[in-house]
Amino acid sequence: MRPYRSGLMSSPPVAPPGWSRWLVPPAALSVHLSIGQAYAWSVFKPPLESALNLSGTQSALPFQLAIVMLGLSAAFGGTLVERNGPRWAMTVALVCFSTGFLISALGAETKQFWLIVLGYGFVGGIGLGIGYISPVSTLIKWFPDRPGMATGIAIMGFGGGALIASPWSAQMLSSFGSDNDGIALAFLVHGLSYAVFMTLGVLLIRVPRTEKPVVDAPSAFEGVQVSANSAIRTPQFWCLWVVLCMNVTAGIGILEKAAPMITDFFADSSTPVTVSAAAGFVALLSAANMAGRIGWSSTSDLIGRKNIYRVYLGVGALMYLLIALFGDSSKPLFILCALVILSFYGGGFATVPAYLKDLFGTYQVGAIHGRLLTAWSLAGVLGPLIVNWIADHQKGAGKHGSDLYTLSFGIMIGLLVVGFIANELVRPVHTRYHIPAPREAVDVEREQPA
Amino acid sequence: MSNESSRPEPDRRWLIAVAWVWVGAPFAYGVYELVQKATQLFNG
Repeated sequence: MRPYRSGLMSSPPVAPPGWSRWLVPPAALSVHLSIGQAYAWSVFKPPLESALNLSGTQSALPFQLAIVMLGLSAAFGGTLVERNGPRWAMTVALVCFSTGFLISALGAETKQFWLIVLGYGFVGGIGLGIGYISPVSTLIKWFPDRPGMATGIAIMGFGGGALIASPWSAQMLSSFGSDNDGIALAFLVHGLSYAVFMTLGVLLIRVPRTEKPVVDAPSAFEGVQVSANSAIRTPQFWCLWVVLCMNVTAGIGILEKAAPMITDFFADSSTPVTVSAAAGFVALLSAANMAGRIGWSSTSDLIGRKNIYRVYLGVGALMYLLIALFGDSSKPLFILCALVILSFYGGGFATVPAYLKDLFGTYQVGAIHGRLLTAWSLAGVLGPLIVNWIADHQKGAGKHGSDLYTLSFGIMIGLLVVGFIANELVRPVHTRYHIPAPREAVDVEREQPA
Repeated sequence: MSNESSRPEPDRRWLIAVAWVWVGAPFAYGVYELVQKATQLFNG
């Protein structure tokens, strides 16, 4: 079976002899640092609301649709990405993500908000999903000795994208103006800049030559190989789905409400948290999220994937317990626990491709990863829903301060325990799901004299 | 027929450097802005 389809854009860019594998992470980063802009959408919300007379719910629509499309395109486009190769996938991501901004620029200029939803949300969202999974299997093939570190670098880039875009977009809006013309110009510059920036990835990405191991390590092309269609029929896939969903839910629970949470926790203390200090706390959480992606996923190469998820889920539950019990009495303890939880949140995202590679091999790991990301979609709804809904109800019941969150934290601990159990249930995949040996190899064996 | 294996491999160190600077420079800008903001937690 041929892994890639032939053709101009879809032919796999096989590395020439001597091609350094250290050229592949920047190729992946150029895509992930770009599409990570999605988390900086909030910068555009206030100007859009005043320029187009929108409500807060309406101005969130492009982002929400983009995240839905991220999950759907990663889940359903994963097989195409595996079949057509990383250059095809990065090209599609570049075209969709940049075109999304250009359509949005037209929408802002003509004051047609539906064009912004269509452009940024629908078209751009497809770029997010395809771009997110585009380098995963290629990185794992180049770094069979350190798959956790390799995918950690790329997925850290997704977190880093917002760090770049947030101040950059804000500066652009203050230069161009916050009316519809200024927003349109900002969208236009974003679309063109990201197209140029992502071109590096399209040009540099290469798949390794299969006949020669990249390093002195077990070849990425050997061992267990399971197709994406078979993988979703295994209990291992669904155990990991639960693991990711629970870990992400626990992290988002804090991330989404970080600023009001720290303010509420210390509202009655002698040193209440100011608005700017709360903003600093949010920034610190972003740093922990990013550091966890590279740090913990690299650690997983040393201690193993199952063990690192035991840490994420077990120690994560312990951190939540510490916050619930003692968080309001010590600011450093609260901050430390929240930082650890967020580092586990990032680590969980970054380690999962390597976990999938360990279980299902590299054959269609990108497609399997794409399908697993549907857990993210559910967690993205579940985490904020639990924390916000409970906090609102507790406030209605006359509670205040840390009491608003105690029940939410109890639920988060329960979810992390569920994830911990699911991780314990992960076993090697049964051989009946393995794909048969390549046809060529079978033919060669048959031709051997008896 | 050319003998690929006997041909000297091109030096790609400059390409590696350019590629990492390409992604590293905007990333460093983002981290700098983040640090500026994070210090507000201790100063604010």
